[in-house]
Amino acid sequence: MMILAAQTETNYALSLLLILLSATFTENILLTRFLGMCPFLSISRQLRGAAGMGVAVVFVTTITCAANAALYQFVLLPLKDYIPAESLKLILFIVMIAAVVQLLEMIVERISIRLYFALGIFLPLITVNCAILGASLFMVNQDMLGIRSVVYGFGAGAGWCIAILLMAGIRQRLAKANVPAGLEGPGITLIITGIMALAFVIFQGMIQK
Amino acid sequence: MPTPNEPVSAMRALRSQLWGENPIFRQVLGICSALAVTNLVFNTVLMCGGLIWATSLSSLTASLLRNYTPKRIRMMVNVLIIAVYVICVDIALRAWFPEIHKNIGAYVGLIVTNCIVLGRMESFASRNKPLASLADGFGAGVGYSFILLLVAVVRELLGFGTILGLPLGTFTTFWTRHDAQWIIMVMPPGAFFVLAMVVWFFRTRSPRQEQATAKGGAA
Repeated sequence: MMILAAQTETNYALSLLLILLSATFTENILLTRFLGMCPFLSISRQLRGAAGMGVAVVFVTTITCAANAALYQFVLLPLKDYIPAESLKLILFIVMIAAVVQLLEMIVERISIRLYFALGIFLPLITVNCAILGASLFMVNQDMLGIRSVVYGFGAGAGWCIAILLMAGIRQRLAKANVPAGLEGPGITLIITGIMALAFVIFQGMIQK
Repeated sequence: MPTPNEPVSAMRALRSQLWGENPIFRQVLGICSALAVTNLVFNTVLMCGGLIWATSLSSLTASLLRNYTPKRIRMMVNVLIIAVYVICVDIALRAWFPEIHKNIGAYVGLIVTNCIVLGRMESFASRNKPLASLADGFGAGVGYSFILLLVAVVRELLGFGTILGLPLGTFTTFWTRHDAQWIIMVMPPGAFFVLAMVVWFFRTRSPRQEQATAKGGAA
């Protein structure tokens, strides 16, 4: 809603900033939309791994959102009357994400072997990270195409990255804490995630006027 | 857990998914898209129906095709198989419940990347007979839905004071008249808290060594 309000404003840069902030904080893809929970729960044990995965997600969401927005705008929308675009977009987006990830893997391997070893193991996992596909679907739902799709993709990825980094930091402390038996592992992680989500809900007051 | 290479009977696969290896409170996987719709019981019922349909049939299909799928592209083939079934759900939902489809449509699409569906196809259906795979997928779907429905009932009851949108006599009057609704249950954090409690409850009831979560990085 606030994104629509921003669009009517003449200040284009401000509306982009608003998209970025709301994608990162108020509509955090992990904490308010529950996407990307599996890698979040399993990779947030160590700060190092979490950072690698987080950066890889930012990278991939930015690129796939831009690519999928272009695919939607220039291929699916013009053909809307001839093919079931709404159903096909699901399959096409996934194929696009898989292709982009595959391509990135090859490019990164060529450019920097160190970056490849830092990010490389996370890239195949990313194909099935629901946050990536989710970002593309929500982007199309909210009609964010063109340059706004890049901003939204970056914001969504950055929001996920911030969340997993915070969680990894907390969990490293948690390793020394005394947690009740049944609550160890996922249980306590979910409770902490809930508290983090509460904190992120507060950001809504920051943007809405 | 049975060793990977020995054939598993359909009955045993079903039982292990329902309780012993329950996707949610044992493996804590695949909660991604489904948790988002748990603030209303009715939406959850629809979502769970779609999920059970998708897990069972994609496991069956993956198992039928297991000897013909090249290993290198198995992941992609699996995702496409799921996508076909998810699109069926999507179309059905759009036809019968257009209002609800507007709200949860994006989450239904996200069943495609649900870790449970992919995980069962990858770890079970790719090396077991079709009937056992169908049972395994069905069990995973039902075991998963059961927990989600539990979460949804708690959230709707405390958040709105109703179940399936129906008032519950004096409880609802009390709940709404005295402004006792727990708004937090309607908001996203509520889902995390309730799910944590459910996981806690079931794990305390039947504790087991932490091993499922250690290898839980399937997706």
